[in-house]
Amino acid sequence: MTNVPASIVTTTVRLVYLARLREAFASAGESLVLTSDDSPSVRNVVAALRSRGGAWAAELADGRAVRYAVNHCVAHPGSAVKDGDEVAVFPPVTGG
Amino acid sequence: MNVRVQTADFDVAQELARLRGGDTGVGAIASFIGTVRDVNESAPIDGMTLEHYPGMTEASLAEIVAEARARFDIRDALVIHRVGALAPGDQIVLVAVTSAHRGMAFDACRYVMDLLKTRAPFWKKERTPAGDRWVEARESDAEAAQRW
Repeated sequence: MTNVPASIVTTTVRLVYLARLREAFASAGESLVLTSDDSPSVRNVVAALRSRGGAWAAELADGRAVRYAVNHCVAHPGSAVKDGDEVAVFPPVTGG
Repeated sequence: MNVRVQTADFDVAQELARLRGGDTGVGAIASFIGTVRDVNESAPIDGMTLEHYPGMTEASLAEIVAEARARFDIRDALVIHRVGALAPGDQIVLVAVTSAHRGMAFDACRYVMDLLKTRAPFWKKERTPAGDRWVEARESDAEAAQRW
């Protein structure tokens, strides 16, 4: 962090992966640091994950049905995320 | 609390009696019970595991019930949804609504169930003889929720 210029904002979010995506990513969640000079959104989180390639790029590709929540509220790619937020990534729900 | 997520089974008669309580203004009780089938998409089902997103699930169900209260003239409402391992024939979900007259009870019960299917963060993973598989969301469920 000492190398990050003062003008660049870092946002740390807690990611939660659920159901089929938890299995596809072989992870229940992680901490992710976003670095940007703008207000970050769910879209920035998705872009960071997609850039890993493999299952990340495949599951989060355009056209795939993926749902998001920020701090337990339904969210969209344009939803803002701030430091300390919990961002969940999951498939369409199938309860009931 | 009228929204519960639990591994344990529920007793419908007991839950309906508790929901009605001593409210003699209740003239109608509508309920829906979802159960595990032994077949889905022409494959036999040995059972299923229901996963959810703790915290968001309860908030989502409470929000749906609050919307039903605002939209329909009802007396009370209850949602119980089970999670964990379930076998064919097991109860999965109970939605029950009390109101003065049947129309509002029927409508509110269906409303809560339709929204739960598309908004509450639950996922089903079926056990079949060919292996485990995640249940895919149905377009008909999205259409049912959009009707409202």
